[in-house]
Amino acid sequence: MRDAMIFEGGFSDVSRDSARAFRSAMNAMAHPGRKFDLTGAKPPAPLSEAAAGLLLVLADANTPVFLTGEHDTDLIRGWITFHTGTALATTPDQASFALGTWDALLPLRQWPAGSAEYPDRSATLIIEHPGEGETARLSGPGIQTHQDCALPAITPFRDNAAQFPLGLDFYFCQGSTVRALPRSTKVEAI
Amino acid sequence: MSDYNFAYLDEQTKRMIRRALLKALAIPGYQVPFASREMPMPYGWGTGGVQVSAATLTPEDTFKVIDQGADDTTNAISIRKFFEKTANVGTSEKTEEATIIQTRHRIPETELQEGQILVYQVPIPEPLRFLEPRETETRRMHALEDYGLMHVKLYEDIARHGAIATAYAYPVMVQDRYVMDPSPIPKFDNPKMEMAAIQLFGAGREQRIYALPPYTKVVSLDFEDHPFDPSKAEHPCALCGAEDSYLDEVITDDQGTRMYVCSDTDYCESRRATGHIGTEGTQPEEVFA
Repeated sequence: MRDAMIFEGGFSDVSRDSARAFRSAMNAMAHPGRKFDLTGAKPPAPLSEAAAGLLLVLADANTPVFLTGEHDTDLIRGWITFHTGTALATTPDQASFALGTWDALLPLRQWPAGSAEYPDRSATLIIEHPGEGETARLSGPGIQTHQDCALPAITPFRDNAAQFPLGLDFYFCQGSTVRALPRSTKVEAI
Repeated sequence: MSDYNFAYLDEQTKRMIRRALLKALAIPGYQVPFASREMPMPYGWGTGGVQVSAATLTPEDTFKVIDQGADDTTNAISIRKFFEKTANVGTSEKTEEATIIQTRHRIPETELQEGQILVYQVPIPEPLRFLEPRETETRRMHALEDYGLMHVKLYEDIARHGAIATAYAYPVMVQDRYVMDPSPIPKFDNPKMEMAAIQLFGAGREQRIYALPPYTKVVSLDFEDHPFDPSKAEHPCALCGAEDSYLDEVITDDQGTRMYVCSDTDYCESRRATGHIGTEGTQPEEVFA
C-alpha cells in the first residue's frame, strides 16, 4: 500500500505534462499574485497537486528540497525522492526549495537569499496556503498597475522585497492552483 | 512520429533551463548562468534561443520564428522546421496568432499581447563586455550597480560624433537596477520592450539566460541634454507605404539605387493585403494569382 502510494501519482505523459505545468509556473512568476492552474500530479496528502507539480517540474538531484512540519513524512519523502531523484536537504541553508505551511517555514532568514554577485543562488519557498490572510496590494514587474492578493502576512514579504536583488521567491499552492510572489514585487497593506 | 523527446531536449536539461528562467523572471535584467547544451546547429545560429524555446514550448503552442523581422530566411525556416519536427507544434507567420515568437534582432511591429512569449537569441549578453573583458569584474560591477563606465562610453560617443552613435544593442536600465543588453535589436525597438508579453533572452555560447516580465520598466540610457532617440530611416516602406515601421535598406542595382522596405515581413504583407500599397508595392494576391 505504502509503496503503491510512493510510486504512483507522477505525470502520466512526463514531457508534455511538465511543459504545461512549467507554463503555469512561469506565468505565475511573470504575473505576481495572479492565480493559475497547475495540474497533473497526484501526490500523497497533505501535499497539494500544485506543489507536487512544481517539484516534479523543477526539482532534481542538483536542487536539495527541505521538507518542513507536516510535510516531512516518510510517505512524502519517498514520493518526492522517487519521482524527482532529489537529495533532501538536511539543513535549511542547503535548500534550493523548501516545502511546507507558512508557519512551518518561518523564520524566513534561515533560507539562502543569494549573494550580491549571484542573487539567483537563493531558495524558492513552496507554501501550502489556503488563500486566506491579509490582503496585500502588489506592484512591480509583471503587474500593469496593481494586483490585490491574500498573503499569510505582509511585513516578511515587504522585508524580503527590500533586499532586492537578493531575496526569496514564493509559490502559494492551494489544491491545483498556484500563485507566485517573486522578490521583485512591492508589497503593501491596504 | 519523430523519435525525439518532446521539443528535442531531455527532461533533465529542460528542468535546469526552466529553473534559470524562473530566477531570471524573479530578478529582471540579471543574467542567470545556465549549463548550455550542444545543439544540432552552430553557436551564433540561435542555440540560446532554441534552448529557451524548447524548455518553454507546450504541445498547444503556435510557434513563429523571425530573423531580422523576416519569417522566410534560412535561419528562421530551419528553426521553425526543427520544432515542427521535434515538438510537433503548430507554426504561423502571423504575429497575432503566435503564442511563442523566437526572434533574432527584432521585435515585431504588431504590439504583443498578454499570453504571448518573445524569445530572443542573444550573442553577447553582457552589456559591459566590450568595456571590461573580465567576467569577474563585470559581475562585481553589476553587484555594486557600478555603471559609470557605460555612461562614459555614451559620453565619449557624444564627444566624438556629437550624438550617441550606438544604433543597435543599445543598453537599457531594467526596473532601476540592472543595466541589460537588449540583444542586437535596433534602438528603434527599445521603447517596445515595455510590453504585455513575457520576454526571455537566451545566450547559448555565453551560457546566460535573462528575462523581462510583462510591464517591467525598461529605460534606454541617455543624458538630459542628449535624450534617447529611437531613430529610423526617413522614408516610407516602398512596398506597403508604412511610415511607422523599421526599414531595411535594399540596394537594387550597381548604380546606387536603393529602396526601403519593412524589415517585419508579416507586418508588411498584412498591410498590403488590406490595401496599403507603397510606390513599388503590389497586393500579395496579385503576386501569387
